[in-house]
Amino acid sequence: MKNKNSRRSFLKNISLATFSALALSGCDMEAFDQFFQQNFKTLSKKEKDRIIKNLEIKYKEKYGKEFHVSDKPPIEGTLFGYALDLSRCIGCRRCVYACVKENNQSREPQIHWIEVLQMEKEKGIDFAHSTAQYNPEKVPEKGHFYLPVQCQQCRNPQCVTVCPVKATWQEPDGIVVVDYNWCIGCRYCMAACPYGARHFNWGEPNVPAEEINTEMHYLGNRPRKKGVVEKCTFCIQRTREGKYPSCVEICPVGARKFGNLLDPDSEIRYILENKRVLVLKQELNFQPKFYYFFGI
Amino acid sequence: MNFIRFIRFIRFITGSIKIVFHGSKTYYAWLILLLILILWGGFGYLGQITDGLIRTHMRDSVSWAFYIGNFTFLVGVAAAAVMLVIPAYIYDWKPIKEIVIFGELLAVCAVIMCISFIVVDIGNPLRFWHMLPLIGTMNFPSSLLSWDFFALNIYLLINLFVVTYLLYCIFYKKEYNRSIVLPLVLLSIPMAVAIHTTTAFLYNALPARIFWNSALLAPRFLASAFCSGPAILLILFQILRKTTKFEIKDEAIWRIAELMVYAMFIYLFFTIAELFKEFYSGTEHILYWEYLLFGIGDNKEIILYSWSSIIMGCIAFILFLIPKTRKNFLTLNIGAVLIYASVYVEKGIALIIPAFTPDVLGQIYIYTPSWTEIRTAVMVFSIGFLLFTFLSKIAIAIVFEDYNIDSLNQKKRLPK
Repeated sequence: MKNKNSRRSFLKNISLATFSALALSGCDMEAFDQFFQQNFKTLSKKEKDRIIKNLEIKYKEKYGKEFHVSDKPPIEGTLFGYALDLSRCIGCRRCVYACVKENNQSREPQIHWIEVLQMEKEKGIDFAHSTAQYNPEKVPEKGHFYLPVQCQQCRNPQCVTVCPVKATWQEPDGIVVVDYNWCIGCRYCMAACPYGARHFNWGEPNVPAEEINTEMHYLGNRPRKKGVVEKCTFCIQRTREGKYPSCVEICPVGARKFGNLLDPDSEIRYILENKRVLVLKQELNFQPKFYYFFGI
Repeated sequence: MNFIRFIRFIRFITGSIKIVFHGSKTYYAWLILLLILILWGGFGYLGQITDGLIRTHMRDSVSWAFYIGNFTFLVGVAAAAVMLVIPAYIYDWKPIKEIVIFGELLAVCAVIMCISFIVVDIGNPLRFWHMLPLIGTMNFPSSLLSWDFFALNIYLLINLFVVTYLLYCIFYKKEYNRSIVLPLVLLSIPMAVAIHTTTAFLYNALPARIFWNSALLAPRFLASAFCSGPAILLILFQILRKTTKFEIKDEAIWRIAELMVYAMFIYLFFTIAELFKEFYSGTEHILYWEYLLFGIGDNKEIILYSWSSIIMGCIAFILFLIPKTRKNFLTLNIGAVLIYASVYVEKGIALIIPAFTPDVLGQIYIYTPSWTEIRTAVMVFSIGFLLFTFLSKIAIAIVFEDYNIDSLNQKKRLPK
């Protein structure tokens, strides 16, 4: 009998210990809150507002600046498309670094959403013989052309299909986004992407406070944590406000074009109708909304 | 009534736990060795938890590697362990109940190790609940990972239930209810095929990864699983035969080896068919096989793995093929160890890495496992072995050493 009692008291003690441990960890209510935060798509307007307000406060504490985090939904009647003029691109990589700055990509460890490949003119578009590690004094190099690759914003994105937790999806304006608070970091989407567009935070990302961009979108350029996947969002924080993506703005030779595919008078539609365009890896049927063309 | 059953079950569990802590010196030495390995590996994993997956050698180019390879290998072990019930039944090996029990115990441990390898591989293990149905947002049926999740868990539950039920019945000296056990064992066989097929489809489903995008991937998976899984049981049966009352005839062991030869032959044939298609047609898809077998340019790090796997596999095939070496227990066991190692390297490295090298944009990043990855893998394997040791200890005591409810009541000396 005595034996049983001691077992019972042991059970009691251990459950007490568990509860107090839970209560202690509860002191950090914010971490607790974050742990139980639901998938962004299932949140109500009220919940979203509260979460975003908390984020703005948290970022201010961390970086000492005023932040604006938006959750602006897509503009009715837009489907974003992109076109890149291969005959103009000189491979200067200004787009790569403008993107890093605009979208608060980690500097160390380094993450680039755009990768520029140098290819031999003789071989055409041939990934196996391309290099991303070119580093001459001056670009463009003779006999070469340059092919920048970023998220191709497929109409048929397999990265979305394979995600086991629905942490990534295609918005009605065609942008594929990631909920950084929901991603479990399994990297199945990275295995599924044929364009190497998805990047993983292998370590804790690091953006210097003086360089951080304070205009943010919840599904775009807000700071990420280690262990989640991120990708190009066509600068969702800019394009939903009617601006161009920063890679379009920075391009010194005007090789990058961006617009609304549903607007018959847009530049992007003009290119699709009047130039010969191509998409990368067409045979996979992912149907990118990112077109390459030869303007001259 | 239910309450009495519950108490009985609790007594069965406490009895089982008791037996775990009674053993010979060698048994304790083995446990201590495993604990040391768990600690050594665990501290490596701790580094990964604090710093992130940057402690591994995986990067954006090679975003899946050694961990998921181990997962794949263990799915094969789990699947094959149970499928051995079929020949045991067809050829009427006498200790069929014992084969079911040990096969399913191995399957249970292998599945738990599989799930552990997924947990250590993901960036946010605490968010694992996002994947659960109802409380999370599981992407079922679109994502093959959700299929795999279901298949593995159902398989785990079936095996755990059957093996616990069988041991429980023997413990209480009852006849087990065939109408419960038989359908479940019969169900676990197609489920074994299912877990392996869904895992193969997980890779197969990605057109972006040309190396995996071959219809032969799932058949090759199954064939290789039939080589590695029985290899473990082959050795386990011999150990059990020496140390306990477990009786299995030499013929039955040789029959397992013979079945493994068929599996190896089928695997070899499938691989040659794949190689013929790739190399004869010589499209740009050949790149990945070229990297695996010969390296590209100066990047030859992987060929150490690929060729050691090929050579070990071929030696094992020859040892198992020739009747004389198959029926000699020394060469048989060498062959079993070799084929196990061969499939392990094949699944751990040779299946995964070439799919990512060169990466989708043709860039080459050289991957070999980092110490953190090796230590974490050692940790998971040691935990799995520890679990398997405990469970086998319980099973051996109950099945072979007449450890039952009476010995618990009479305070008899516990069997070592």
